[in-house]
Amino acid sequence: MASDKVMHISDDEFDSKILQGDLPCLIDFWAPWCGPCKAIGPMIDELAEEYDGKIRIAKMNVDDNPATPGKYGIRAIPTLILFKDGEKVDQITGAVGKPQLTELINKVV
Amino acid sequence: MQPADYQLIILGGGPAGLTAGLYAARNKLRCLLVEKGAQGGQVLTTDWVDNYPGFIEGTTGFELVEKMSAHAARFDLQTMFAHVTSFDLKGEIKILQLENGEKLTAQSVIICAGGSPGKLYIPGEEVFTGKGVSYCATCDGPFYKEQDIAVVGGGNTAIQEAIHLTKFARKVTVIHRRKELRATRIVQDKAFANDKIDFIFDAEVTEIKGGENGVEQLILSHKNGTGSTLEVSGIFILIGVVPNTEMLPMDDLEKDEYGFIITDTEMKTNLPGVFAAGDIRSKNFRQIINAAGEGATAELSAEHYLANL
Repeated sequence: MASDKVMHISDDEFDSKILQGDLPCLIDFWAPWCGPCKAIGPMIDELAEEYDGKIRIAKMNVDDNPATPGKYGIRAIPTLILFKDGEKVDQITGAVGKPQLTELINKVV
Repeated sequence: MQPADYQLIILGGGPAGLTAGLYAARNKLRCLLVEKGAQGGQVLTTDWVDNYPGFIEGTTGFELVEKMSAHAARFDLQTMFAHVTSFDLKGEIKILQLENGEKLTAQSVIICAGGSPGKLYIPGEEVFTGKGVSYCATCDGPFYKEQDIAVVGGGNTAIQEAIHLTKFARKVTVIHRRKELRATRIVQDKAFANDKIDFIFDAEVTEIKGGENGVEQLILSHKNGTGSTLEVSGIFILIGVVPNTEMLPMDDLEKDEYGFIITDTEMKTNLPGVFAAGDIRSKNFRQIINAAGEGATAELSAEHYLANL
């Protein structure tokens, strides 16, 4: 089930919702043509439910929003970037498992 | 007989594991499929699957595994996302230790942990991974619109993905260490007919160079003893697979010189009650269809084993 706790954001909203947001944030950069991105989708939804209120989980479609991926030098997806207080904390590229994603999130939670 | 949590545990959720799971669930075995990451395995990184029987028009790798997964789910296959950190497969009861401290036991195990893309192990490869070095054309190809890129490899995957990459790139240079491609004729013909693809034969990439923005240049060494450079912003390394055996008890399992698990034609390993199927098996041909077929054989062998305990 897709979680309504996952926020879908655009280039325009990136500064206000992510960099200046009240919570740390994990953004999943994805695209509809990327099989591994779609495959980790259910895990992202689970994490959004489990960490509700502690971290914001967001997704950005790189086809529709080229500016932000460009700014962070993303040339492979899925890439997940963790932000806290407007700064990039860490990132993971590739379809990793839930333990690695949990480990990443626990750096800021 | 000692009690165990499951009659069968399947390790890995690619085509081999999902097929074994489909058979086991349909045959009402107490069965669990354990997957460490996303279900689907390497097929997910395949842009287009043109030769899976029944899919007349072809299909995407993602859609194919999604269907396999849904098919197994129709028979209520139980699955778990977990990382197994150690195994004891020698006894009558097989023990799997999970990362979260939990322990699973089973009477039989099918190993379908698959493979991962092979690496070149050359300078620059690791630091530029995700910054111009890629192992998945489907995932990363669209980031190279109107750019010059290289593909390393000469097999089916390499050549098929080189063709796919021409949808985005300005020019794709295939670099192959032999003088002829290994890919099937139909794939080769398509590639040779594509004027966006160049070929450099009898050459190896020895270093990947770049700057802050990622890959800029490849250093090549040619069989005739000369060297050269190639300006590209991306390099797709598609040189075959290595087995995902890191966590497996490989001291107990019989394996070939490359580390792939040896089985008989019924998918039995040297350990009673332990079977292997798919890309992790020692074999010549790694196709989705034979991974699925081996998954079915392994499950039937496991049932036969369980019935004779």
